[in-house]
Parts: sequence; C-alpha cells; structure tokens
Amino acid sequence: MKRIEPILALALAGAIIAAAVAAPWLRFVLTIALAKGIAVMGILLLLRAGQVSFGHALYIAFGAYTVAFLAPRVGDAVVLLPLAALGAGALGLLIGLFVTRYRQIFFGMLNLAMSMVFYSLLEKLYHFTKGSDGIRVEIMPVAGQALDRIAYEWTIFGIALGLAFALGLLLRLYLASPMGEALAGIKTRETRLEFMGVPARGVLLSAYVLSAMVGGLGGALIALTSRHVTPLLAYWTSSGELVFIAILGGAGGVLGPFLGATAYELIRVYAAASFADAWQMILGASLLLVILFAPGGVWGMAARAVGGRGR
Amino acid sequence: MSEALLRATGLRLAFGGVRAADGIDLDVMKGEFLAIIGPNGAGKTTFINMTTGYLKPNAGEIAYEGRRITGLSPRAIVKLGIARSFQLPQLFLEHTVEQNVALAVAARMGIWSPLAPLLRPSHRDEARDILARFGLTAIADSRADALNEGARKLADIAMAVALKPRLLLMDEPTSGVAASEKMTIVETLVNVLRDAKVTAVFVEHDMDVVERFADRVAVWSQGRIAALGPPAEVLADPAVQREVIGIERHPTKEAPHA
Repeated sequence: MKRIEPILALALAGAIIAAAVAAPWLRFVLTIALAKGIAVMGILLLLRAGQVSFGHALYIAFGAYTVAFLAPRVGDAVVLLPLAALGAGALGLLIGLFVTRYRQIFFGMLNLAMSMVFYSLLEKLYHFTKGSDGIRVEIMPVAGQALDRIAYEWTIFGIALGLAFALGLLLRLYLASPMGEALAGIKTRETRLEFMGVPARGVLLSAYVLSAMVGGLGGALIALTSRHVTPLLAYWTSSGELVFIAILGGAGGVLGPFLGATAYELIRVYAAASFADAWQMILGASLLLVILFAPGGVWGMAARAVGGRGR
Repeated sequence: MSEALLRATGLRLAFGGVRAADGIDLDVMKGEFLAIIGPNGAGKTTFINMTTGYLKPNAGEIAYEGRRITGLSPRAIVKLGIARSFQLPQLFLEHTVEQNVALAVAARMGIWSPLAPLLRPSHRDEARDILARFGLTAIADSRADALNEGARKLADIAMAVALKPRLLLMDEPTSGVAASEKMTIVETLVNVLRDAKVTAVFVEHDMDVVERFADRVAVWSQGRIAALGPPAEVLADPAVQREVIGIERHPTKEAPHA
C-alpha cells in the first residue's frame, strides 16, 4: 500500500487539475479543498496520538487573518504564506504548552475553548477586525509578479497543490520517523515512553506545533482564495468540519485528508446546488455511511480497491 | 561482586495504613541477580516503582553508583542506566514487535529526528539482533496485541534491554507464562543478561526459578526485609518457608499488582 500511495497521489492530483481545467468554477472549490486538506493533515497528526482537537479552526482563522492584516503592508503571497505558518506555529506552541498536559475529551474541549476565545476576539474587537463584516483581501502579486484575476487564481491553485504534495511527503516521513512512531505510542502506552526516557509531552507538543503550522498555512490559502476573511473561520462548526473531513477521508495515510476534503467540498457544492435545503443532511448521511460501511474512510476504500490495507 | 550498584537506605513508603516499605536497607551488588520474593502486597513492586522514580518514598533514599536518585523523574533515571520491565507487559499495541524494540533503541539514541525512518538500517539491525537473542525473530513482524503471554513478557523485557541498562528491574518476569515455557524463557533471559553484563533485580513467585537463577534472595515481608542471602540458605529457612512458600501453595488471592 505504501508503495502505491505516491501513484494514487499523482492520480488524485491529475484528476484535480483536469477538473479545474474542465470546469473553471471548480477551480475555486478545489483550491479550498486543497487548503482544507493541508489543515486536516494537522488533525491526522494528532489523531495518531489518539487525540482529537475540536478547535483547530483557530489556526485556520489565525493564518487567514494574518494574510488579511499583513496584505496591505507585505502584499506578496509568497511572503505571507510562511509568515502565516510561523505565526500559527508560535501560537500553537503557546497554546500547546497548556493543552498537551491533557488527553482525550479534555484535550478536545480545551482546544475548542481556545478557538472560541479567538472567535469572540475577532467578533468583538471591531476596531481592528471589522467584526463579523470581516476583511477583504485584494488580489496581490505572487513572488513579485502582478497578476490578473485568472492568472492569480491559477497561481494560488498551483501553490496549494504544490504545498499539498510537499507537505504530504514530509508528513509521510515524519509519521514513519521515531518522533512519529512515538506519537503513535502515546495512543497505546504513553507511560512506557516515559520509562524509556522519552518525554511524551514533548513528542505531542512537537506534533501540535506542526499541526498548528499546517493549519495556519491552510488558513492563509483560504484567505488568498476566498479573498474575504470573517470570524466564522474560527467558529466551532469550522473545527468540527476539519474533524469531519479527517474521518471522511480516513486517518490511515496522508492522502486521507485530501480525499476527504475533495469529497467534502464536492458533496457540499453539488448537494447545495441540487437540494438547497438539504445539503447538510446529505453531508451528514455521507459521513454516517462512511462510518458504518467504510471505517477507514475514502482512503480505506481506495486502499481496499487496489488490494492493500489502509494502514 | 563486592561493590554496590544500587543502595537503598531507610526507605519508607506507606499507602494509607499499609506499609509497603518500612525502613528498607538493601544493596544490589554489581553483576548479581537478586530475586525479591514475598507474599502479595508486601511491597516488592513498590521497590521497583521507587527505584525507577514512579513513586517517591516518604523517607530514606536510593543511591545509584553513589549518586542519590530519589526525587528524579522516571525519564532522568532511565538515562542513568536503570530500566524496568512490567508485570503486565507495556507494549505499544498497534506496533509490531520489531517496531517496539526499535522504538526503545531510538529512545536511547535520540528520538528527535523527524525525517529519517524509525526502521533505518542501524535501528532495525540492532532491534533484530536483540530479538534474535531473545528468540523472538519469528514474531518480529507480529503486532504486539496479537502475542501470547510468554512472547509479550519477553518482548517487554527485550524493550528494556534495548535501552542498554546497567541495572534491570523485572517485575515478575515469569508470571502468566505457561509452566512448560517458564524455564526456557528464564534460561534465555539469563543468558541475554549475562552476555550484556546487566545487573538484575527480579520480583519472582516461582521458587524453582529463584533457586536456579538468583545469586541472592531478599524476602520482603510487611515492608521489611525478613531475610537476605543465597537461595539455598534463605529458602531452607523454616520461617521463610512458612511465610512465603507456604502462601504460594495456596494461590487463592492473586492480586494483579503484588
């Protein structure tokens, strides 16, 4: 399975590019899907340790607002993306020092609490954040090149796809490294790690900071794509959406988040277009079907289809 | 064998009214195999827990190579060269046996490498070598949650050995192991530990195992050391027979954590 993964990734990338070329309006949807996929890799990382964060939209919103705030001053997507990732990483370190003391439901709920604090700040500090009106992000140069709207959208799409590939590859290496395997050890025998001289909290904190960084990056891509940020990005339903995507896609491999995010966004778009009042029901039903009949998610189904196992 | 590797002096620890350690003085000599026997609930595991930093004594201290280690964290104590295994094996259940041991190797070598694989050639070779010494090569690729009790016990100890300790504390290495496998397992274990020049302390309930493999025996009873000496001498003592071996003949109350 591990060997087929890169081929599947290329196939998925090819399909995404083909879809974006064939239907220009899908380009927007797919860029958002890639951005969310990148953020959901962070959820996947924490799931390895058996922990579920119900507040990771915090880092998406932080990355998105970093872009919105700094765009008038910095004004280049290539500079803003790493800034958003680093900023989210720093915030993740600060919050992580606190939340990685806790496990399971406490870990999940503390993350949720943090994200809701951030949401309230975005809503209430109207003077800075324009409250629920949000902030517009203008089309900006990319690597010094001023672009028209179409070229800009294609460029962000390309950056999202490139980042998805690069980060997916890095995450894959990370999960198979001692740090990644120790992370998985937290799920089954955390105390044994301590008796081997490994600081379990440090292992979890490292993963948490990484998950915050990819969250920030995903958020920055969302801001560059939707070109409008609002506090809703940090709302708890957005965090729930990330966990939803992680489960829909399957936690077995790094392709899961992208399969999940693409499936999620496409179901949402088509369901909303066809049954405007029932799209949430359709999303819910799809998740229910996946949990009942394909616990490994879309990734697990793909894995079984090519005759391997999901993990 | 005259030099003490570990020295406990005046160790006291009580849980509520139960005195698990009530003024324990005990030296573990360099290179010896010291068995700790005694009735369930006497405080044998508590001694391992105190030595590895999991529990802090109310009074007294433990010195390792002349250095006071009471109050240090389990992590700091492992780094000094003291490892332990568990009565209920503590394996990473979703990993293979080889990965379990490789993780212990990585724990010793430094785990903070995020991109090189855990099963890189050096770690994998060392893990395989340890598994071969324990006779576990055949199950190297089995998931830890799919093993029988004997294999689980050995894998648990193999992980501790992968940390290259100078002192190894084993909590009932043969409990739960089928009687037919028991002697083979202990034989393997002793050979591995002798080769690695590891000093070992093991809590044990099987007097045949103690008699055959321990250099010295300490009898732990109600938080005190009731007798200490070579197995032949200690096990022949009528008082010890009454207190320890007598109870072992009536295994009615087997507490999971003695």
